[in-house]
Amino acid sequence: MRKALTSAAAVALVVAGCAGMEGNDAELQKQAAEMMKRDFHARGIAKMDRLNQDELQRVCTETRDNPSPEVQKRLEAAEMAKIKLPADGQYLGDWKQGRSIARRGRGMAWNDKPGKTSRGEPNGGGCYNCHEMSPQETSFGSVGPSLRAFGKTRGYGVEIQKYAYMRIYNSKAFSACSTMPRFGPSHTLTEQQIKDVTAYLMDPNSPVNK
Amino acid sequence: MRDATTLWVMIVLAAGFTAPAAAQTDPRTAEEFDRFRAIMEEANPAELFEVKGEELWKKRRGPKNASLEQCDLGLGPGVVKGAYVQMPRYFEDTGKVMDVEQRVVHCMITLQGFNYADLAKRPFSSAKATPDPISIVTYIAAQSKGMKIAVPQSHPKERETYAVGREIFFYRAGAWDFSCASCHGQDNLRIRTQPLPNFTKPDQAPRSFIGWPGYRMTGGVMHTLQWRLNDCFRQQRFPEPGYVSDTLTALLTYMGVNSNGHEYNGPGIKR
Repeated sequence: MRKALTSAAAVALVVAGCAGMEGNDAELQKQAAEMMKRDFHARGIAKMDRLNQDELQRVCTETRDNPSPEVQKRLEAAEMAKIKLPADGQYLGDWKQGRSIARRGRGMAWNDKPGKTSRGEPNGGGCYNCHEMSPQETSFGSVGPSLRAFGKTRGYGVEIQKYAYMRIYNSKAFSACSTMPRFGPSHTLTEQQIKDVTAYLMDPNSPVNK
Repeated sequence: MRDATTLWVMIVLAAGFTAPAAAQTDPRTAEEFDRFRAIMEEANPAELFEVKGEELWKKRRGPKNASLEQCDLGLGPGVVKGAYVQMPRYFEDTGKVMDVEQRVVHCMITLQGFNYADLAKRPFSSAKATPDPISIVTYIAAQSKGMKIAVPQSHPKERETYAVGREIFFYRAGAWDFSCASCHGQDNLRIRTQPLPNFTKPDQAPRSFIGWPGYRMTGGVMHTLQWRLNDCFRQQRFPEPGYVSDTLTALLTYMGVNSNGHEYNGPGIKR
C-alpha cells in the first residue's frame, strides 16, 4: 500500500513536471475555456453565459486564488461597490426564517426554477453545507469557518450586524477569491432573505448564540 | 432486476447492517461503513450489469449487425483485460485522447451503426432503464479487477489532455464562482458530513477512480463516471456538459493520472 502510494506520488511529480513543459499556462487556460464552451449546452436556468468568467473569476482561476495584494484590493473594492444596503437601515430579519435558509442548499442549478428550487421553495443559502452554526445542528461542513456564537462573541451592535449583512451579501468584497458565493449579486438570495440569515447569526435569541 | 435488488436488500438486512444515512465524521462510523461496503462488495449487484455488458459486447447488434469484439480499447481489437485502468489514452484512429465510455460509444457508432444523438438522449440510469454503454463499461471495468491504475502519459496528446484537464479542474465560473477545486482542491473538507477528497493529491485522487462504475444504493441504479461528473457540474451551477464530451475526458485524464499506481478493485458500491 505504502509502496503503491509512493510510486503514485512519483508518477504525479513526473507528470506535473512534463505538463509544465508542454506549453504555457495562458495557452492551456485558453484551450480549456474553448473546450468547455464547445462541449457544454444551456439547460433550464443554467445558460451558457455562466461559463464566461468575470474579471474576478478569471483572476482567481489564473492565480489559483492567490492574486497580488494590489489586484486583490482592486477586486475587493469593485465587489464592495456591488453591495446594496437595506433602504430601511434594518439589518436583522427573522432568525427562524434565517435558520430555514441556512439549512436548505438548493437553488440556481439547471433543474431549479428562476429564484426557486425544483420543489418551488425559495432558494436556500446552503450555509450548513460549509459552516458550523447552531450547536443543535450536528451535520455541518468545514469548507468555511465556524460561525458558532457569532453575535455572542463579536457583540450584537449595529456595526457587526452591518458587517454580517455585507459578508453574506458579497463575501468577495472582503476576500476576493473566497469560496463563498456572492449571494446578493448572483440573485441567489433576496434582501429579505439576507436579513433573515443575518438575524440567525446576530439575534441574541437565535440558537447560534445559545 | 427488481428481484435481484430485493434479494440483495434481504442480504443486507440478514447481515444485520443498515446503510448509514450519511457518512459520519466519527472515524468509527466511517470504518463501519467501509466494513459494510466490503461485505456488500461480495454480493455487489454491479455483477448483474457486468453479465449484461458482456452479452452486449459479444452480441451482433445495431444497423450493421456487428459485435463489439473488434473494438480497440487501446490494447488491440477485442482486448478487454487491463484496458479500463489504462484509460483515458490516445487513439491513432481518432487522433485524440478518449476515456472508456467515449470509446465504447465511438465503437457502437463506427462498428454497429448506432448514432450519437440516440445514445445521448438518455445517457444515465434510472429506475426504469440502464443504458447499454453503462453495462458495457461495467463489464470492461470488471476485467481490470486487481490491477494497478496506469493511465498513460507517453504520447504528447496525453500530456496535453492532462494539462488541459487540470485547467478545467481549476476553472472558476457560474452563478456561485465554483471550480472543481472549490470542493476537491484542499485536504479535510466536508460538505455537511460528506468528506471531500482532494483530487490534486496522489494519496486522495484514487477516490475519483476506484469505486466507479458504481452501484448506487440510493435509487438502486448503476452509474459510471459520466454521471458523476455531470452531477458535479449541476451542483457547481454550471450549464450541462455534453455526454462523452472531451471536457469530461480531460478531467478524467487529470484525475486518472493523479490516481496512478493505486490498485483498482473493480466496479464498486455507493451510498
